[in-house]
Amino acid sequence: MGEILGVLADGVAQTVQITLASFVVAAVLGLPLAVLRMSDSWLIRLPAVLVVEILRAVPPIVWLFLVYFSLGSTDRVQLSTFQAAVIGLGLIYAAHLSEAYRAGLDAVPAGQWEAALALALPRLQTYRRVILPQTLIVVVPPMATFAIALLKDSAIASVIGATDITFQAVQLTQQDLNGLGNFAVAGLLYIALGLPFAAVARGADRALSRRLAGG
Amino acid sequence: MSIWSEWHAYLPDYLDGLTVTLRLTGVSLLVGLPLGVALALALTAPSKAIRRPAVLVVEIGRGAPALVVLYFVYYGLPQLSLTWSSFACATIALGFTTAAYTADIFRAGVNSIPVGHREAAQALGLSHGKELRLIVLPQAIRVVVPPLVGFCILLYQGTSLAYAVSVPELLSRAYSQASITYQFTTTLILAGLVYAALSLAVVALLNVRWPRRTRHLADVTAPAESPTATGR
Repeated sequence: MGEILGVLADGVAQTVQITLASFVVAAVLGLPLAVLRMSDSWLIRLPAVLVVEILRAVPPIVWLFLVYFSLGSTDRVQLSTFQAAVIGLGLIYAAHLSEAYRAGLDAVPAGQWEAALALALPRLQTYRRVILPQTLIVVVPPMATFAIALLKDSAIASVIGATDITFQAVQLTQQDLNGLGNFAVAGLLYIALGLPFAAVARGADRALSRRLAGG
Repeated sequence: MSIWSEWHAYLPDYLDGLTVTLRLTGVSLLVGLPLGVALALALTAPSKAIRRPAVLVVEIGRGAPALVVLYFVYYGLPQLSLTWSSFACATIALGFTTAAYTADIFRAGVNSIPVGHREAAQALGLSHGKELRLIVLPQAIRVVVPPLVGFCILLYQGTSLAYAVSVPELLSRAYSQASITYQFTTTLILAGLVYAALSLAVVALLNVRWPRRTRHLADVTAPAESPTATGR
C-alpha cells in the first residue's frame, strides 16, 4: 500500500488544485447567477434560469469534452487540461451553488429587505451590509457539501488527461495490473481529502441549529 | 460548423447510444434500489454489528468518485479471475453507487416519520409488518420519491462515465463520431442536447407534480454529508 500511495501522491496536488480553483470560480460566478434568478423582471430571470438548467442537465464529462476539445482546441485558444477542467467544473458548480445561494437569500426575512429599503440604503449596500451576512451562515453547510461533490467530480478531469489521482491510478494499473489495490487506495484518498469539508459542513450545521434554537 | 445540416446524419447512431444509456440506467437501478433498501434497513437496525458495516459501505459508496469505483470494478475484477463485459462492470459500479446514495434517501424517509406514529401503531397492537405497510411506507414514499427521481436523473447523467470503459453509450458514440469527422463541437453539442432534453423533461414533469418538494432536488445533487443535505 505504501508504494501505491507513493505514486498516487503525485496526483494529489493536481486533484486539490482543480477542486479549489473550480470552487473559487463557482463561488464567484454563482452569486450573480443567483441574484439574476431572483430578479423581478422575467427578461433577466429567464436567461439566468436557462443557463442554470442547461449547465445542470448535461453530464460533467460532456462539458469537459466540450471545453477541452471544442472551445480549447482552436487556432486562437489553446487550453491545458487543467484550465479546461477548471472552466468546465467551475461553470457546472456555479449553477449548483447559485441554487444554494438562492435558498440562503430566501431565508432572509422579508422585513430585513423592507428595513433596508426604509433606510434608503443603496442596493449594493443592502446586499453587502444587511442581506449577505445573514445569508452566509445558511449557505455554508450546502457549500461544503458541494465542495465534496466537486472533489469527486474532479476525477473526471483524468479522462481529458489531467494528471490527478485517478489518472495516476490508471497509469499505475497499466503497469502493474493491480487494479483492486490501486483504485481502493485512490478511493480512500478521495474520502480522506473530503473529510475537512465534511467537518466544516457539520460544524456550520451545528452552529446554525444552535442559532435557530436560541432564537 | 453546420450542426443543423448534419444532425440528422448523426442522430440514428445517437439514439442507439441513448438506448444503451437508458438500459444502463435501468439495470443499475434494478441492482441498486433493492440493495439500497436493504442497506437502509441495516442502517436503522438496533444492533451495532449490523449498523457498522452498513455505515462503512454507504460512506465508501458516497465518498469515492463513481469513476474510481468504475475503474476498480473494471480493472480490479479480472484479478479475481472475474472477467465481465464493460457493460456488466458499469452496472456493478453504478449499482453500488446507487445503493449507497439511495440507502441514505430511504433512511431519511423512514426517519421523517414522527416517532409517535410508530408508537401509536404499536399501542394499537399492529404487527410489525402492518406497521410498516400501513403507517410507515405510505408516509415515507411521499418524502422519498422527489429525491429518488432527482437521483435517477443524476444516475442517467452518470452513465456517461461508462465511456471511460468503452461501453457504447451516448457519449462514446458522440466521441467516436467526433474522432472520425473532427467535428467535436457539432457532435458534442448534439450529445449534450440529447442528454439535456430528457433530464429537463423529467425535471419539468416533476415540477408540475411536486411543486414544493422539488426544492430538495438541489440538495440531492450533492452527497449528503450534513443533515441539511438530506432535507431533514
